[in-house]
Amino acid sequence: MAIPLKARPVQNDLGIVGWGWAGRYGLERYLYTLHRLTGLGVLFYLVLHIFATSTRIFGEPAWKATMGFLHHPAFRFGEYLVFAGFVFHALNGVRLIFQELGYLLGKPTPPVFPYSYGLRDFRPVAFLVVVLAVVGAFVAFCDMFLV
Amino acid sequence: MERRVSVKVQRYASNGLPPRIEQYEVPQKEGMTILDALMFIKENLDGSLAFRASCRMGICGSCAMFVNGYPYLACHTQIHEIGKQELIIKPLPNFPVVKDLVVDLSSLFDRHRTVLPYLIRSEEPDDTRPIVQRPDELEAFLKFSYCIKCGICVSGCPTCASDPTFLGPQALAQAWRYSADNRDEGFAKRKESLDRPHGVWNCHLAGACSEACPKGVDPALGIQRLKRALIASYFGLFRKRKATLGPPVSWEAAPPEGAPRPPERTVTPEDTSLSGD
Repeated sequence: MAIPLKARPVQNDLGIVGWGWAGRYGLERYLYTLHRLTGLGVLFYLVLHIFATSTRIFGEPAWKATMGFLHHPAFRFGEYLVFAGFVFHALNGVRLIFQELGYLLGKPTPPVFPYSYGLRDFRPVAFLVVVLAVVGAFVAFCDMFLV
Repeated sequence: MERRVSVKVQRYASNGLPPRIEQYEVPQKEGMTILDALMFIKENLDGSLAFRASCRMGICGSCAMFVNGYPYLACHTQIHEIGKQELIIKPLPNFPVVKDLVVDLSSLFDRHRTVLPYLIRSEEPDDTRPIVQRPDELEAFLKFSYCIKCGICVSGCPTCASDPTFLGPQALAQAWRYSADNRDEGFAKRKESLDRPHGVWNCHLAGACSEACPKGVDPALGIQRLKRALIASYFGLFRKRKATLGPPVSWEAAPPEGAPRPPERTVTPEDTSLSGD
C-alpha cells in the first residue's frame, strides 16, 4: 500500500504564473509552457470546429451565416495561429515521446564538475524543433496571407 | 575604494503582514559568497534576519535560496558569479515560508519517504558474503545518489508550482537512484508510490530541475529512465543484472599478503575515559 500524498501548503507557490516566468531557466522549461498552451489552443479549435460544422443541422441559412461570420479576418488569423501551434505541438511532441522514454538524454555520467545534464547535452534537438516550427509557421503564413 | 554590494532581502514573519523588501549595503570582499553577505548583515546590520545555513560547503543543502531570479546554494555561490552589484534574495519558491529566507522543507522529506529510498533485499544480509558491483553498475545510480535534498529542483519545477500534491523531482530521482541499483530488489514495491495520480506521469520534462541542481544530480534523466522502466515492467520486460555475492570473507582470518593494514594504535583504551569502565 503506497503512502498517501498530502498536498503541501501553497503559501509561496508560483502557481500557473510560474509556467510563464519562474526565473532564468533554459529553453526546455519554456517549451514546456508553450507545449501546454498550443495543446489547449488545438483543443479549443476542435471544440469550435465541431460547434461550427454542427450548425448544418439547423439548415442552409444557419450554415451560411456561420460561414460568413467565420470568414472575418480575425478568424482567419486565428486559424493561422492554430496551424502554427499545431506544427510546434506535433514536432515538440515527437521530441517529448523520445526524451520521456529516456532516449536522446544520454547516460548517467560520473558527477564530476563541471556537471553535465542530459537535456543540455541534447539541446540541439530542442533547437531543431524550434527552427522547424518557425519554418513551418512561416510557410503557412506565406501560403495563407501572401500567396 | 571599497567595493560594496547592495543586498535586497525579502522579509516575512508569518504574522499576517505581506512580505516586504529590505535593503542592506555590504562591503564586498574577494571570494565572498552570498552566505557571507547574509552573515555580515546578521552580525553587523540586522540581527533579526532569518536564514538557514549549516555546513558552508555545499553538502548539507540548508542554504538554498532564490537570488536574482535563479535558485542557488548561498554558500556555494560567490557574489561575483551573479555578475551584478545588486542582489535580490528571496526564499525558495514552491515551499511555504516560515520566516524571511527560511522555508519549510517538510513536504520534501515527506515525499522522499514515500518512494522507499533505501535498498530493499529479499534476503537477510550476510556479513560474510559482500555484494560485488562492477564500475558500470555503480555509475548507473551514482550520479543520483549525490542529492543533498536542498529543494532547488522542486523550486524550479513548473509542475510543482501548480500541483502541490505532485511527488516532485527530488523524490522521483531518488526512486530511480534505488531502482537502478542492482543490489535493490524493491522496484515492484516502489512502483505503487510512483505509478499513481500526481506521481511520475505528472513530470512533463521541463528540465529546470536538472539545470538548477547544484550537485549535478540530473533528476530529469532519472525520472525519464524511471518512466521507461515502469512501461517495461507492464510488459514484464524490466530487467537488471542481479548483484552477485562475492566469495566468503572471514573477519578473523589474517589479511592477504600486501593488503594495506590499519594504522597502529597510538592510544590504548586505558588511556581514555572511553575505556568502558
